[in-house]
Amino acid sequence: MYYVPISREERAKMLESVGCSIDKLYAHIPEELKLKHENIKYLGEKGLSEKELLDYFKAAADLNITVDEYDSYLGAGYYDHYVPTPIKHIIGRQEFLTSYTPYQQEISQGTLQATFEWQTYITRLTGMDVANSSMYDGATAVAEAALMALRDKKKANKVWLSAGLHPQYIETVETYLASQGLEYEVGELNAEGQSYDSFPTGKDYAAFIVQSPNFYGVVEDLEILAEKAHAQGALAVAVCDPIAMTLLKTPGEAGCDIACGEAQALGGGLNYGGPSLGYLCCTDKLVRKMPGRICGQTTDEDGNYAYVLTLQAREQHIRRERATSNICTAQALLATGATIYMALMGRDGMREIAWQCADKARYLQEQLLDTGLFEPLYSGPFFREFALKAKDGLDLEQLNEKLLEQGIIGGPVLENNVWLLAVTEKKDQAAMDNFVATVKKLAKKED
Amino acid sequence: MIIDDKKLIFELPETGGRRQYIPEGERLTKDLEAWYGQDKMRDELDFPNLSEIQVIRHYTNLSAKNYGVENGPYPLGSCTMKYNPKVNEDVTAMPKFAGLHPMQPCPTVQGTLKVMHDHELALCDLTGMDRFTFQPAAGAHGELTGILLIHAYHLDKGDEKRKYMLIPDSAHGTNPASAVMAGFKVREVKSNPSGEVDIEDLKAKLDDEVAGMMLTNPNTLGIFDPNTAEIAKLVHEAGGLMYYDGANLNPIMMHVRPGDMGYDVVHLNVHKTLSTPHGGGGPGAGPVGCKEFLAPYLPYPVLTEEDGQYYWDYDRPKSYGRVRSFYGPIAVYLRSHAFMLANGVEGLADAAEAAVANANYLYYSLKDLYDTSSDNPVMHEFVFSGDRQAKQGCTTMDLAKRMIDYGIHPPTVYFPLTVHEAMMVEPTDTETKEGLDKIVHTFKEIAKEVETNPELLHEAPHHTPVRRPDEVKAAKDLVLKYTK
Amino acid sequence: MSQVEIRKDLLYTESHEWVRKEDDDIISIGLTAYAATELGDLVYAEAEPEDTEVDKGDIVASVESVKMASDVFAPVGGTIVEGNEDIEDEPESINETPYEVWLVKMKVADAAELDELMDADAYEKLLDEEA
Repeated sequence: MYYVPISREERAKMLESVGCSIDKLYAHIPEELKLKHENIKYLGEKGLSEKELLDYFKAAADLNITVDEYDSYLGAGYYDHYVPTPIKHIIGRQEFLTSYTPYQQEISQGTLQATFEWQTYITRLTGMDVANSSMYDGATAVAEAALMALRDKKKANKVWLSAGLHPQYIETVETYLASQGLEYEVGELNAEGQSYDSFPTGKDYAAFIVQSPNFYGVVEDLEILAEKAHAQGALAVAVCDPIAMTLLKTPGEAGCDIACGEAQALGGGLNYGGPSLGYLCCTDKLVRKMPGRICGQTTDEDGNYAYVLTLQAREQHIRRERATSNICTAQALLATGATIYMALMGRDGMREIAWQCADKARYLQEQLLDTGLFEPLYSGPFFREFALKAKDGLDLEQLNEKLLEQGIIGGPVLENNVWLLAVTEKKDQAAMDNFVATVKKLAKKED
Repeated sequence: MIIDDKKLIFELPETGGRRQYIPEGERLTKDLEAWYGQDKMRDELDFPNLSEIQVIRHYTNLSAKNYGVENGPYPLGSCTMKYNPKVNEDVTAMPKFAGLHPMQPCPTVQGTLKVMHDHELALCDLTGMDRFTFQPAAGAHGELTGILLIHAYHLDKGDEKRKYMLIPDSAHGTNPASAVMAGFKVREVKSNPSGEVDIEDLKAKLDDEVAGMMLTNPNTLGIFDPNTAEIAKLVHEAGGLMYYDGANLNPIMMHVRPGDMGYDVVHLNVHKTLSTPHGGGGPGAGPVGCKEFLAPYLPYPVLTEEDGQYYWDYDRPKSYGRVRSFYGPIAVYLRSHAFMLANGVEGLADAAEAAVANANYLYYSLKDLYDTSSDNPVMHEFVFSGDRQAKQGCTTMDLAKRMIDYGIHPPTVYFPLTVHEAMMVEPTDTETKEGLDKIVHTFKEIAKEVETNPELLHEAPHHTPVRRPDEVKAAKDLVLKYTK
Repeated sequence: MSQVEIRKDLLYTESHEWVRKEDDDIISIGLTAYAATELGDLVYAEAEPEDTEVDKGDIVASVESVKMASDVFAPVGGTIVEGNEDIEDEPESINETPYEVWLVKMKVADAAELDELMDADAYEKLLDEEA
């Protein structure tokens, strides 16, 4: 028996007792459609016992090398922050883990209130008026923000994207827009790594979309974004990192209309890139254009505060083909996890993490520049991540391979021999010093 | 025990305690704030500083206000709320899986890639498809991903006039919403009272502007459409492709496969069929499978094996692009693969049969008390109309709320839209005999109460933390965050 | 006989809008009592912007209740000259007095199109059929 609690024999008896026969159940399915077992190529006929199952996964897991085993400098949109132990215990509770989308409010107040708290935390973090209950990931959050802007600015048919936007976000926006006949343009970054010198003019744009810190780690000026976008009649969309926003000017303070991005950094762990956690915020004015589920506070028959899914008329189960989006499920459990993360960390813990990310990244960049092997790709201040150009024909791909042999995972190598390196609060000075020394040693050997 | 905790996390008092999770050390660089510029910094961050026990108690008490699959029967139609095996959670939490960064070089992640490759093979066995992408984060995302394959296929063939997607009127709302997101217009096809596609109407709607058709089978009313092969033939003859919405795959697992019924593209809801937890609304996963001729258009990168080494192939010139960042909800797929391996072909087939047997046990026990459209056996779920009860003054909403008093999760209500006062019941394969009998008892007692004591229903539920929140007020006077 | 109120002095559409002829070629458009009852308590209403040119059947306004959303369609071709701003703050007024609350006023492009609309008797017949 697998997970089915009633045996076939018992099921037959059970059905007979109510005037149905087990033999009738699949009788109306045409015989020629039924599965021929010779067409099964991989799956075994018999299931595995729990012990065999764990053996299979342990054997596979042993082929992996994790970022806790090697010294990793990977980032590029996904960051190895410390995850406090209480989170898994709380979101592992079956009441949060196994329940459905909260349609029956009376027996879903746990998920609903947690969602309301998530929305509150995220609006405080971003400085925006409202947040939804979450999106799939940063990339789809940006794509949905682009569609949302195009719904709001009906006369425009394209969006402008900063070249500092994560390349995968640009690619996702392209997919979402292309099939609907909508367009996008990508700008350029200036020497500091800022988008604003390439903002376009003209009334054809529904939105200017800028990421801060951008893909290269540079902190962008969101006030100029808001000012320039509004001057062209476009919405200002800021794609912001949740940890950086605890220190830096928020999209709300800067006057942006939409803020969105990836919130995996809020206690979500790595999990090889998924599931991830997108967030989406906007001004009060745009709330009805927003995709996704939204939780609202109201009162019940006895006058108690109660939480419900609201503004549902925007959604697919009511509007069908005229819905704001097809999204239904988002990432409720991960949003609850992120909420618990923010609650555990508090303002002081959150800001300490952010300061450490900024400080350590800056330290590592300075140390690497001191080797004389690199120059910065952009000159502006950065957060947690930075891009270096290799000098004198140093081959970064080769360097990464040699580092891997030494138990170090270097950052990804971008076009034009550029190295993208990230550190979080988890990285200590000794590891960074060893990394820099190893880079120096390996680079020298190459000559 | 009454837990009287009505506060929001923001209303808890700050009493000076806060757990330190990371070491606090001296800064390695100087004047960070000046480096960014004072005018680039934000205002204060309005997050409370709380102690660990405050946070733990708050969310533990919140969780107690939820009802999960482990509490009792959860016959929520079309949602397939089956048991989520514990071992799956242990598998996905293994540090050697959880601690991988998505940018790691492929040689360092061979274990995860091998499992994903195995899972693709298992999903192909289950569906009769040839290739899968793991990117979609949920069922609806899978729909978009799958329909974009159809879009890309016609475009590649130079067939640009195919702008209509056929969708039955009984379909789930995501179908038309997804079709529009993929750039199609919707042409609705009529269904008969059993929810089967009206073949004559289908013929009338088919022409050379039709890109494809989206279907679930068994359909939304829990009926297996016997004309499925004929429908596929007609759509294919008109040059369209067949899209299988995997929402209802559970009752036909390892009995019938979409690929053998003539479908070209399929998405699965692994949080339904393959036992991964719903999480109160995500994270899900909506893998999309297709026949070989559509594989070139799949989102990149595509998982590939060569000489026992696994890697992500980005060199896909006909791929229509990405639908998200990185590769998909990997931690969810570890669970669904564990479920498939634990079951094997035999176990999956048996789970399907159990889902159908359990639904029919409920259906035959109750069909005289509530209005139905058919006397024939159903598949994994069925739809009752509460019309008879509504005429006696108790709406389906009243019935649903009263069921909470009896300790079962209510069925899906007011869906499908084509049935008045609809109640959609799906007990799933993992419901126990005592759970099934509890559902039967509840439905029977409530049918009696409608006649003898309707007030009980109007005032239900009686014992929950809140009772019938005012949704009109919620939508009119929007309060979407806490303010002091 | 249908239970809901139908005004004799108005014109009607099959999608349950009422149409009142104002001065010259201006009409005002609202939702019938039947439509308001079917939708339930309205929580939101919004008119399309002024100066929008519409063909017959295009959307001129939208309304929402908790569980339903509905569009209001142009009964004839023309231009929206005014949207009722009061409905954004008091959508419930549509439920309370459906025939007193107009959603948009339109300038009609071709007055002959008005002849195709139903009178009160024809609309009453339609409601009886739908019931």
